[in-house]
Amino acid sequence: MKFGVIRFPGTCDDVDAQLAAARVGEAELLWHRDRDLKDVDAVIVPGGFSYGDYLRTGAIARFAPIMESVIEFAHSGGLVLGICNGFQILCECGLLPGALLVNDHLKFVFRQVQLEVVDRDTPFTRNCPPKLSIPVKHTTGRYYSPEPVQVTLRYAPGQNPNGSQDDIAGVVNNAGNVFGLMPHPEHAVDALTGSTDGLTIFESIRAAVGERVRVA
Amino acid sequence: MRARVLIRPKSGILDPQGQAVERALPALGFGGVSKVHVGRLVELDVEDASQLPAMCERLLANPLIEDYEIIENA
Repeated sequence: MKFGVIRFPGTCDDVDAQLAAARVGEAELLWHRDRDLKDVDAVIVPGGFSYGDYLRTGAIARFAPIMESVIEFAHSGGLVLGICNGFQILCECGLLPGALLVNDHLKFVFRQVQLEVVDRDTPFTRNCPPKLSIPVKHTTGRYYSPEPVQVTLRYAPGQNPNGSQDDIAGVVNNAGNVFGLMPHPEHAVDALTGSTDGLTIFESIRAAVGERVRVA
Repeated sequence: MRARVLIRPKSGILDPQGQAVERALPALGFGGVSKVHVGRLVELDVEDASQLPAMCERLLANPLIEDYEIIENA
């Protein structure tokens, strides 16, 4: 299978996302000004500071030409994973419900967090163990939604790094094909950096895509 | 026309920036300060002011978490 990883001006986790995706499949870079998704099976909107976080995190990136193609891809059932700034962008463009606000303590937070996988019946979490250890690094990660949402990941009790509503760390859309999370699975794929739990998310996507291909 | 858009955190949503400023002021000796909120100001020249609400809804503010106020002929 082939992953596409988008690079916007200010993106900084695209290379790690590509390296992580390349452990389970092919990984191709997608440029923000292009519209061609290069026949990828899944799109990753990676972390960073797209467009300098000007106005609001993710507010400008959602209007990039590539995002029109990503929205179309998602509406036709394609798998889209948004990590950190990617999560913020997916919320801003309406593919995911809710919004991300500045951390309740106002500080940048960078640490390993323990997560509970509360929904393993998604294409993104089907191969995950019940608990994950994955790092977070953000200033704007306090998830908020006035409407009920489909929660996929929660911070374990006492682990919430940003004051997010109901300890939410990741959500999927109603159709289950768009997933956003604040922790960085692409930074947890090698034992050298403390955890390989993040890899299970990429493996889940590969398994889900493989199943779709077989069904088709 | 010169216009000014004031963007504020929606009431009921925790505003840690406002809280931090509210705590900082007494530390400098300014007492009697409460209900501090920190928002954003956007100033712009527009040919068609009737487009301002749509600009706010689609880009300048996130209506889920922010209220906006448009001041025309600013």
